[in-house]
Amino acid sequence: MAAPMLRWVGRGRLWTFARVDGGSCHRREAPTGSTSNWIRGQSSVAQQPLCMTQKPRKGEHKWAAVVGLEIHAQISSNSKLFSGSQVRFSAPPNSLVSFFDASLPGTLPVLNRRCVEAAVMTGLALNCHINKKSLFDRKHYFYADLPAGYQITQQRLPIAVNGSLTYGVCAGKKQSQVIPKTVRIKQIQLEQDSGKSLHDDLRSQTLIDLNRAEGQLRVDANISVHHPGEPLGVRTEVKNLNSIRFLAKAIDYEIQRQINELENGGEILNETRSFHYQLGCTMSMRDKEGKQDYRFMPEPNLPPLVLYDATSLPAGADPQQVINIDQIRETLPELPSVTRERLVQQYGMLLEHSFTLLNEVGLLEFFQNVIKETRAEPKKVTSWVLNTFLGYLKQQNLAVSESPVTPSALAELLDLLDSRTISSAAAKQVFEELWKREGKTPGQIVSEKQLELMEDRGALEQLCHSMMEAHPQVVMDLKKGNPRAINKLIGLVRKATQSRADPAMIKEILEKKLSS
Amino acid sequence: GFTSKADPQGSGRITAQVIEHLERLALVDFGSCEAVARLEKAIAFADRLRAVDTDGVEPMESVLEDRCLYLRSDNVVEGNCADELLQNSHRVVEEYFVAPPGNISLPKLDEQEPFPHS
Repeated sequence: MAAPMLRWVGRGRLWTFARVDGGSCHRREAPTGSTSNWIRGQSSVAQQPLCMTQKPRKGEHKWAAVVGLEIHAQISSNSKLFSGSQVRFSAPPNSLVSFFDASLPGTLPVLNRRCVEAAVMTGLALNCHINKKSLFDRKHYFYADLPAGYQITQQRLPIAVNGSLTYGVCAGKKQSQVIPKTVRIKQIQLEQDSGKSLHDDLRSQTLIDLNRAEGQLRVDANISVHHPGEPLGVRTEVKNLNSIRFLAKAIDYEIQRQINELENGGEILNETRSFHYQLGCTMSMRDKEGKQDYRFMPEPNLPPLVLYDATSLPAGADPQQVINIDQIRETLPELPSVTRERLVQQYGMLLEHSFTLLNEVGLLEFFQNVIKETRAEPKKVTSWVLNTFLGYLKQQNLAVSESPVTPSALAELLDLLDSRTISSAAAKQVFEELWKREGKTPGQIVSEKQLELMEDRGALEQLCHSMMEAHPQVVMDLKKGNPRAINKLIGLVRKATQSRADPAMIKEILEKKLSS
Repeated sequence: GFTSKADPQGSGRITAQVIEHLERLALVDFGSCEAVARLEKAIAFADRLRAVDTDGVEPMESVLEDRCLYLRSDNVVEGNCADELLQNSHRVVEEYFVAPPGNISLPKLDEQEPFPHS
């Protein structure tokens, strides 16, 4: 799956709501952003109940599932979202905590410019509308790792809304076909992270670390089912899924669970569930205290966040104090979808090839370096990079950066092939030698192993002639009209030349001889 | 709003159920009649806002709406004071704050001492 270049590491959090499947959105206003293992409660927004005037009979109507993902991604920054303490992994507990982070009375949040820029970049990369004015709110709940008793988030008016992301789904035989799909992004918001809780059940206590730099990408999934044409069903939230594989399993399980429940006349509760990895099922985490009410209120210590563009930028403004959306847009690197399109147009490759090139770290750069240095056709380069080169990497579980073959080496090899100095089979042999990391160039390997294509057509003709004489039955088969017999002959000649003859030329010579 | 939930007739009384809900949400103990009466008076006071006709007027989001939100440069300038912070904690284990385990359930209303609410 193609991933845009949104790798966030650090403090402060970005949220996106991605909608999968059509239909109207879940009216989700209150995401529960807990980092601990415990329940925080559910959304304060009531879902529309399923219209159940009649119990649906099994298999009577089709079911449609609606899935919304809440993705928590940490921002790559030096300091935190609202304070100047450092963002770093694996630091001693509470060593990266300022007075504000510890929620000491009298401290105030101060917004980190870099985090705002990161949010705008993310919004632009995901085709969102950037809100020139966005607001901060307090979301209240009680937990030991949230010393203030509230989390600063953007519930009413987030920084970016209504975006989309194009991605590829592998399908078809051998998963080689890539189908482009689009998912809607409901919104992106900046918010604080809570601390980390370590539960010590033995001593009946919880240890709190307020450093808050976890460096993970976390996803919560919201799932409901309904019959197409009817209102959306009650949704459940499945929290803290840390891998794509388990995310998919949890969603599949939950969809089926809800369908089964409803088809058996049961009802779906608007609740939070957790995914049990070993059992492969979701389980209710319902807090016995009942529904959570986050008592959202505007963050009184932060004015609205105002962003500008080239046209609205106030004259004479301190550049440090204003954020120009257009300027940030210019700093965006080429986005993957644009790169893929360019590769297809420029090099005539298939869409699935472009996905593969972008999905492997360093592979695109490798490919482009080979292209730069070789005379060979782009299609040949594509084929060698994606099939041969990538094949070897995968077999030995190596990253592109660990490859024993450099782009220059592959380029030289492809030049030898292109100039018909060596055959395709010989080229594969050379590649295998290169992989052994013995420091030899393709040219050296070719001469050492005498892999040069036979230049001497005369000698080749003689060889063909003698081969035909030595195998009269094959020649008779051919004359009778058996097309496969020629391959046998070609094979014999090739063997005799130790793969140094171009099979196409052998075929041509043989055919000429046979017709004469 | 709360007025209608507490008392549709508008006499401004808050039910025991609402008090229980508020106590759970805010972890505030309305331990006495006077506290509830104070709350009811506060709500009545705030309800006077409804006397103002706000049709077609955009609500104010923040009293700071005319202020510029200050943007801090992304530099590390604080932190590294674990010892100082941990001194505020009643209990400490190594460099961790110690808190009671998880969420402790509030006693149910009927388990509490009878609350004088009339």
